[in-house]
Amino acid sequence: MATLLEVDNLQTQFLTSAGIVKAVDGISYDVEEGETVAIVGESGCGKSVGALSIMRLIPWPPGRIIGGAVRFQGKDLVKLSDAEMRHVRGKEIGMVFQEPMTSLNPVLTIGLQITETVRHHLGVTQEEADKRAIELLGLVGISEPERRLKQYPHHLSGGMRQRVMIALALSCEPKLIIADEPTTALDVTIQAQILELMKGLTRRLGVALIVITHNLGVVARYADRVNVMYAGKIVERGRAHDIYHRPSHPYTLALLKSVPRMDQPRKAKLDPVEGQPPDLTRLDEGCSFRPRCRFKVEHCEREFPPLNSVAPGHVAACFETARVVRLEKVAS
Amino acid sequence: MSAVPAQSFAAPHAGDILLSVRGLKMHFPVYEGALFRKVIGYVKAVDGVDFDIRRGETLGLVGESGCGKTTTGRCILQLERPSAGQILFNGRNLADLDRNQLRGIRRHIQVIFQDPYSSLNPRMKIGDIIGEPMKVHGTEPDAAKRDRRVRELLHTVGLNPRFADRYPHEMSGGQRQRVGIARALSLQPEFIVCDEAISALDVSIQAQIINLLEDLRDQFNLTYLFIAHDLSVVRHLCHRVAVMYLGRVVELAECDELFDNPMHPYTRALLNAVPIPDPEVEASRPHQVIQGEVPSPINPPSGCVFHPRCTLAVEGCKKAVPGLRELRRGHWVACTEV
Ligand SMILES: Nc1ncnc2c1ncn2[C@@H]1O[C@H](COP(=O)(O)OP(=O)(O)OP(=O)(O)O)[C@@H](O)[C@H]1O
Ligand SMILES: Nc1ncnc2c1ncn2[C@@H]1O[C@H](COP(=O)(O)OP(=O)(O)O)[C@@H](O)[C@H]1O
Ligand code: SF4
Ligand code: SF4
Ligand SMILES: [Mg+2]
Ligand SMILES: [Mg+2]
Repeated sequence: MATLLEVDNLQTQFLTSAGIVKAVDGISYDVEEGETVAIVGESGCGKSVGALSIMRLIPWPPGRIIGGAVRFQGKDLVKLSDAEMRHVRGKEIGMVFQEPMTSLNPVLTIGLQITETVRHHLGVTQEEADKRAIELLGLVGISEPERRLKQYPHHLSGGMRQRVMIALALSCEPKLIIADEPTTALDVTIQAQILELMKGLTRRLGVALIVITHNLGVVARYADRVNVMYAGKIVERGRAHDIYHRPSHPYTLALLKSVPRMDQPRKAKLDPVEGQPPDLTRLDEGCSFRPRCRFKVEHCEREFPPLNSVAPGHVAACFETARVVRLEKVAS
Repeated sequence: MSAVPAQSFAAPHAGDILLSVRGLKMHFPVYEGALFRKVIGYVKAVDGVDFDIRRGETLGLVGESGCGKTTTGRCILQLERPSAGQILFNGRNLADLDRNQLRGIRRHIQVIFQDPYSSLNPRMKIGDIIGEPMKVHGTEPDAAKRDRRVRELLHTVGLNPRFADRYPHEMSGGQRQRVGIARALSLQPEFIVCDEAISALDVSIQAQIINLLEDLRDQFNLTYLFIAHDLSVVRHLCHRVAVMYLGRVVELAECDELFDNPMHPYTRALLNAVPIPDPEVEASRPHQVIQGEVPSPINPPSGCVFHPRCTLAVEGCKKAVPGLRELRRGHWVACTEV
């Protein structure tokens, strides 16, 4: 498989009254054609900013991409003009957000929003665009598409709106879709419907998917590869199987251990990640997970650990990976 | 004035019943017209809910958004005046009490909300937020003693007593949720409604708060109504679980029984939808995704309200409303086909 997207040492910062927020602090990862890649991490770790940076949707002020490259099919998106970027957005890369209400226009009908995008990017007639819109709504499992096209976003439930967002994202047959917490606002039953839909469609149409989430369960079912983020950096990456069965970074390990699991016997006590999430304006040169880490050694204060290989296709940013892996083996 | 309901919906083991909910209904009117506002229908947010909670028990209340969990909690908290039904606390029907008696009882029923941001007054110091209920209810009129008690409560919920002098915006989400818990504890309640108390928190913080709620339950013999949409958390924390759908309880059982042996078709679909954080398990387990969405509570379907989405539905399901039947000991199910 060829590489479709290559994020290379991307850095995005915000200037705030509290100081410089290093929201994305030198992340690198790639996505192959047709692949589903997950970005996981807790609130505020930089997942959305990372995605918005790829799309060049960071508002200035206060935010700015200050370094790195985003190579999509060989061209660096960071260097494109605004006009060129508008063509990439929607046409070549589609996006699905957590709250579809904020990304759908409330005063335009569903039909108009889809056909405008289709006509703008594909240059087809209104009639052809209408046909395409009906086809797309059918594809995402919306019944009576003709009637729905005349409705406004507020007529639809959250799950329906998310289906419309997916239809919009797919409308110009993009090579890549970025879905930022696509099911976080939805009930678990509707979440299952939307995820199955996205999985089916991306496989069938050969579209690559970056799915951003804090839900470790969602990732387990849908991702080929997983990137774990903490405080603006990727701290572990590997195939989904390796991340879940051989976590090699203390944060990944702690996160996996802290959630109760429906398929395992009930535990007497949960094993939480102690301490607080980091303040991104106050990071020093050491490892940012240090204040919460059970494995820390003196050296962790002095330098941020680079991503090192722990197995083929599996990297972790930690000086003590060997101890983490050994402890995991003993436990299981 | 003590009333004992004829039918029991309590856990099979012994112990006194702290709270009984019987035939609870909350119908909110829907209006039309600006000048001559006219009622054109009702949102049947809660439409005949029954359950019992024994002292020291945690009852989980689960179900899709809009099914009436919060409204049930608000009725128990006397924040809504129910359209019908009874709420018995320690055997006393709350609807029969006068204002003074109600005030006395309210102390014992507290709430922890989902949103630690909006539920704390941003202009008040943490110490005053926690101390306020004691002042209002007059349980600790002496300022110095109240101050001591506030610091004690901060310690109980795992916060440094120095936080008393801070403001909510100076704290993290997890810390604010601890403040909300300290405030709920300040009047030494018997019963706490936890409404999505951990949903707004970071994944890494959720387990900390779950452990705290468990510790407090043991330490103070608290009884919880635990409203949540995360089923794995409910399974971890609760003794019994009630599953709601469109304003009704469709299944009620002890926790292990409900998760190991779900009987109502809706409960089964709900449990199947929860993704397991393990790619192997996910790849091998069957996925039967429930079709459709929850219908409007203004015009709920006839008969069994679940029938349009139910794979087991037969013709009769469109007519008769199934009541809760005890199919196994302590396991109630509202479905005629199981
Ligand atoms: N417009 C902005 N101005 C200032 N800081 C910002 C802005 N947008 C994001 N940030 C900061 O950037 C960091 C990363 O934000 P981001 O939204 O990417 O987090 P996230 O991982 O997506 O979190 P969530 O799960 O809550 O959406 C946070 O510290 C956030 O406060
Ligand atoms: N004050 C109100 N007026 C009208 N409808 C309401 C009111 N409060 C709640 N509802 C409706 O009642 C139903 C149940 O609400 P709620 O109990 O808040 O659900 P949840 O299970 O998400 O907590 C929903 O359809 C909701 O829109
Ligand atoms: S580098 Fe040190 S502090 Fe950071 S995760 Fe590894 S052991 Fe912990
Ligand atoms: S009563 Fe009928 S429709 Fe309702 S849950 Fe049972 S089988 Fe399904
Ligand atoms: Mg985000
Ligand atoms: Mg609610």
